[in-house]
Amino acid sequence: MALIREGAIVPDTWQNIADDQELDCTQRAIITLARWQSAGDDLRTTNRALGIRLRGDQHPAAIVADLGRFDLVALEFAKFTDGRAFSHARTLRERYGFTGELRAVGEVLRDQLLFMLRCGFDSFEVADSSAATFAATTPKISVFYQATGDGRVPVRALRNTRA
Amino acid sequence: MTKVVTANRLADGAIVYLAGSDTWSTRLDEAAVAADEATAAALLAAAERAVAACQVVAAYAFPVAVADGRPVPIDQRERVRAAGPSVASDFRD
Amino acid sequence: MYRYDAFDQTLVDERVEQFRDQVARRLSGALSEDQFRPLRLLNGLYLQLHAYMLRVAIPYGTLSSRQLRTLAHIARTFDRGYGHFTTRQNIQFNWVRLDQAADILAALASVEMHAIQTSGNTIRNVTADHLAGVAADEIEDPRIYAEIIRQWSTLHPEFSFLPRKFKIAVTGAARDRTALKVHDIGIQVVRDAAGEAGFSVLVGGGQGRTPMIGHVIRPFLPKADLLAYLEAILRVYNEFGRRDNLYKARIKILVQTLGPAAFTAMVEEQWQALRGPALALPDEELARIAAHFAPPTYARLPAASAALAAARAEPVFERWCRHNLLPHKQPGYAIATISLKPEGGVPGDATAAQLEALADLAERWSLDEVRVSHEQNLVLPHVRQDDVPALWRELRAHGLATPNAGLITDIIACPGLDYCNLANARSIPIAQQIQRRFANRERQEEIGAIKIKISGCINACGHHHVGHIGILGVDKKGAEFYQITLGGDGSERAALGEITGRAFAAAEVVDAIDTIIDTYLGARRHGEAFIDTYRRVGMVPFKEALYGAH
Repeated sequence: MALIREGAIVPDTWQNIADDQELDCTQRAIITLARWQSAGDDLRTTNRALGIRLRGDQHPAAIVADLGRFDLVALEFAKFTDGRAFSHARTLRERYGFTGELRAVGEVLRDQLLFMLRCGFDSFEVADSSAATFAATTPKISVFYQATGDGRVPVRALRNTRA
Repeated sequence: MTKVVTANRLADGAIVYLAGSDTWSTRLDEAAVAADEATAAALLAAAERAVAACQVVAAYAFPVAVADGRPVPIDQRERVRAAGPSVASDFRD
Repeated sequence: MYRYDAFDQTLVDERVEQFRDQVARRLSGALSEDQFRPLRLLNGLYLQLHAYMLRVAIPYGTLSSRQLRTLAHIARTFDRGYGHFTTRQNIQFNWVRLDQAADILAALASVEMHAIQTSGNTIRNVTADHLAGVAADEIEDPRIYAEIIRQWSTLHPEFSFLPRKFKIAVTGAARDRTALKVHDIGIQVVRDAAGEAGFSVLVGGGQGRTPMIGHVIRPFLPKADLLAYLEAILRVYNEFGRRDNLYKARIKILVQTLGPAAFTAMVEEQWQALRGPALALPDEELARIAAHFAPPTYARLPAASAALAAARAEPVFERWCRHNLLPHKQPGYAIATISLKPEGGVPGDATAAQLEALADLAERWSLDEVRVSHEQNLVLPHVRQDDVPALWRELRAHGLATPNAGLITDIIACPGLDYCNLANARSIPIAQQIQRRFANRERQEEIGAIKIKISGCINACGHHHVGHIGILGVDKKGAEFYQITLGGDGSERAALGEITGRAFAAAEVVDAIDTIIDTYLGARRHGEAFIDTYRRVGMVPFKEALYGAH
């Protein structure tokens, strides 16, 4: 897999750690919600870098109290047509105030890149074979009717500026 | 059961029937008729190659009867596909 | 009507080029059909039984003459010379090519139209009362809010991959002409006790396999909160609607499963979190949009036209006036229904020549405006009563003066198995048979107001659940059969039809309809419409007449 950030293929400093895999303290580990929920105080209190991966059926409300503990949240698109992660991303960014890395994983297609950016994702895990085209993808749409938390100025604000 | 393989042409959507291992026809009476499952499977495999090659989409086999040496669809859906909409079209431009 | 500004125009133009690129990638094989399908559906492009079909949005059912001419041009240039108006204020072209689809979208964009989100699991074209702005029973023009919702929902980054499709209707009147209560969200402009206008919000209605009447989850929503509240509903649905079963994925199932009270609590909680400047509708923006829907400049005319009254001495014209003219809120004007249900025609179809003729007539006699109704008819909303006789003569010349609005031959029918990939049975030929059986105009008038609605499969695009008489095509071992329901109603008195009993073979349907009508005529009290008789006497006499008394 390749990681894309800001239109470039970048090295991934994180590791996905399966539930049956040992955690060693040097890793920048992305763990599952199940592991986090069964974790003891050692994992909760050490200040090692930690990321968490949520499936579409795992609402970020489950980690809202612990959000400060995570440097990265990975939201999984089991299928690209499963749009729950779009809502979860906005909830994390705009309601819970998460400022760490928000990574799209699973079936991540370039035709959804703009929607993902607008919902607050800032890194994208894609197959090696599509990494170059994904990184080179530039949004084809420049007009936004919705105000989301990504900072792009929505049309209504632009209209008001003009008037 | 006797079968014919059909699909829609990718670029224009036209209904086509597999007429040979790599030829498609818009005419049902030119379709290759599979009299047994093995032949039908071979036709479907050829159709899937055409799907992979972006010539056609949505390929599948459907049952036909054979009358006067020509395939005749059994289901209403395939009758409509073969003959076009059954509704009056005399007002069309 | 609403005119695009530079932002609106840029968006549709960019969308055309985005889709052109996606089509090119599909044709080259860079996109698989599985990857491409959702992208083409979000641009209204289906692969149907015979060819690709493009569904074009007619937001809130309003068209200018220029737009109508472009639709005619598309029908001629890229299709087979006709288009089909649907039950959701769209027009469909049945024979388009994938490699020309972007060119069609470009033609649409040139007249401020698009096909964005006319399909796919997203917020679909927002519909509104086709008598918006001209109906006397209206509090406010619903198109103002429909346009605001159109913009908010267009390419919404969060809600483009919902569990299932999502339909919103808006009305500003007490009489419901939008089938509001069978929409995922129905919005009605209402006044609170202080006389302030706001919205009643209804959620969880729908047709399809599991028809349901929606629940009012908020009786009064202040205008400024419209988008925050919609966003809250959609977020709850996107997060919690079922994705494991296609047939249980609509919001109505979520509302039913949670219960309306629990669902409402989740929406209200989300709404409180979302309320804020980003989604609030400021007065200036409301005023900017509302200005586009300001009433046109009407002439000052006497309430009733002497010329029209005199012309109505001609019986054929009088008959058309009786059924196809509606009162206008402006004195001296009338609303004309253009029936797209000629005897033996295809309900909702219009040829390129007819679309062009209507464009001319609208320009000349209806202040350049045409409306599309969810009943698959067109409307000229602003006709001077003095001009009605001349208008009628022109309509007649183009085969557009069928005097049957609201009568038994004014049938809604989905495309059915003649065109649709999902259908189990044909719809159009059944409509045509009924039209022929009841072709006699005196008989139609004697039967009076009645709505027959036909769907070719359980998806219910032909609204059969809410037809006074509903007909549903089913497949029985490869043969077409039809289930009949009675007592459905898509109006403010919404009700779902009840199944009469076993389904009828295609050849038996018209006789069954005849039996139902005879039973009604025998049972009705003076002046009573079919639906009122049915409500009074119930299913039993109809069942006995259809199946015998046992």
